[in-house]
Amino acid sequence: MDNGTASGFDEPETSLLWRSSLPRSYLNFFGRRIIRFFHALHGLGAFALITLGVSFSKFRVAGHVIRPLIFAHLARSGLRLLPMIIFLAVALGLVVIGQTVSLLTRVGAQQFLGTVMVTVVVRELGPLLTALVVLSRIGTANVIELGTARALGEVEALEVLGIDPVHYLVVPRVIGMALGIFSLTIYLLLGALASGYLWAFIQDVPLMPGDYFRQLAGALRGLDFVLLAVKTCSFGVIIAVVTCYYGLAQPLRLEEVSRATIRAVAQSVTACVLLDALFIIVYLLA
Amino acid sequence: MEYLPHEQKPKAANAGPSSPWALEMIDAKIGSLKDSAQVVLEHVNWAVAPGDYWVIGGLRASGKSDFIATAAGLMRPLEGMLRVFGQELSAGFEEEQLQTRLLIGLVFDGGRLFNHLTLAENVLLPIRYHQRLPLQEGLEKTEALLKLIGLADRATTTPGTLGHNWQQRVGLARALALKPRILLLDNPLVGLDPRDVSWWLDISDQLSAGHPIVDGHPMTLAATADDLRPWKGHARQFAILKGKSFLPVNDPNVAVAADDAWLHQLLGVELGVEPIKK
Repeated sequence: MDNGTASGFDEPETSLLWRSSLPRSYLNFFGRRIIRFFHALHGLGAFALITLGVSFSKFRVAGHVIRPLIFAHLARSGLRLLPMIIFLAVALGLVVIGQTVSLLTRVGAQQFLGTVMVTVVVRELGPLLTALVVLSRIGTANVIELGTARALGEVEALEVLGIDPVHYLVVPRVIGMALGIFSLTIYLLLGALASGYLWAFIQDVPLMPGDYFRQLAGALRGLDFVLLAVKTCSFGVIIAVVTCYYGLAQPLRLEEVSRATIRAVAQSVTACVLLDALFIIVYLLA
Repeated sequence: MEYLPHEQKPKAANAGPSSPWALEMIDAKIGSLKDSAQVVLEHVNWAVAPGDYWVIGGLRASGKSDFIATAAGLMRPLEGMLRVFGQELSAGFEEEQLQTRLLIGLVFDGGRLFNHLTLAENVLLPIRYHQRLPLQEGLEKTEALLKLIGLADRATTTPGTLGHNWQQRVGLARALALKPRILLLDNPLVGLDPRDVSWWLDISDQLSAGHPIVDGHPMTLAATADDLRPWKGHARQFAILKGKSFLPVNDPNVAVAADDAWLHQLLGVELGVEPIKK
């Protein structure tokens, strides 16, 4: 039954009883989801292109105002999350690396240690985990801040002053978050690999530090460094663009901010995972 | 109150070279800020000469904020044209558009300050963004503007600690930071006590005459209001918004439209316009 609502999910539960047939409602459900997906994709793509255009066209505009903002957002998305990232690095070392080292040594497969570490931790877990931490701590704050500013009319106030909101509010967040995730990922990887060996050492695994780090170095290729940088910066750009889009790009009322935040988080996670899958293909082809 | 007909407007020295009008709306259809598809005003023809001092009255939901926001270039008219000193004002922040946009300052109802910035930063932001001034010079300008509104001693506080009336004053200081030639005020007297009303009327008069804070140039002013009566003896041109129409008070049509008690009292008694009987 077509209920005529935009989402199809806001209707009271009792109305489910009046549905004529389940298959048709499934079609409605998936149809609306697909239309909404493409609508969101279109909006996000346009917003990303606008941001890119403004970044270049206003590269030399008000640098003395924008540069401090970039540093502030870099500190917010990077430096201030360092204690959390170090904690996660230690936990990751314990949960994944320590146990993997111990297991491989027990079955006599130490020669694969470097490959396993680089594949699992450096290429996959490290960047994705860092991106999710930044999304949960800073991405959500972005949507709430910008959504509230939009709802309270601060964005119009910027426009009246001749200040492009994308230049002042979005560009510093995108650059700060991209560099922040890149830096944090490096710290997470170093911390996880070091603490992983520490946990293995505590478990009396007969593996010398020199052998451990030699294997890691041997498994790493130049391409890993390049792709790690591109991937982490891309995660930062995606999270910043999606969260800023949901905070800024459409007029919001205060009560809509929480819903916008939920959508932004869900779509950021989806986009990051899809990008990660794309990078797996690149790794496999390279 | 001495009411000057439209043809007798005083011409200010800061008139643009390309057009006799500081601001023009030509057959404009104005949408709502909240829902741009919803039309709030139609066939608006408004010509503001440099040095004019307009007050546009209207009841709640008559479209005052949408009208003033459109005049400030925040949104384009759905139809028709908006010109500022002869230049059509459209969306965008390109250099050419920006120079025209910066000729207009807008004080929002309630100020709409940036809540994460201090009062001084709110005022300093447009100065630092648009003018390559040394920080010290920018701070001096900011201090002078905060002194004008009586908040120099609270420069480092955030807007959340201030009441509505003070936030609106900071909004004025911020709007004046770039010394615009046209100043638009969105319902500046709403919810104010008599002392604040008097302050706003005084400062508007001074800005219209040429205040030292804007280098003594007479500013072109336009304010919206729920009640035109406080502006009697201050503003020189009046208009009302009624039934999706913009009606200048010297337009005979407005008198014809004065068919309800509120308008009759407002126009007939207070502004000295005799309503024409149908």
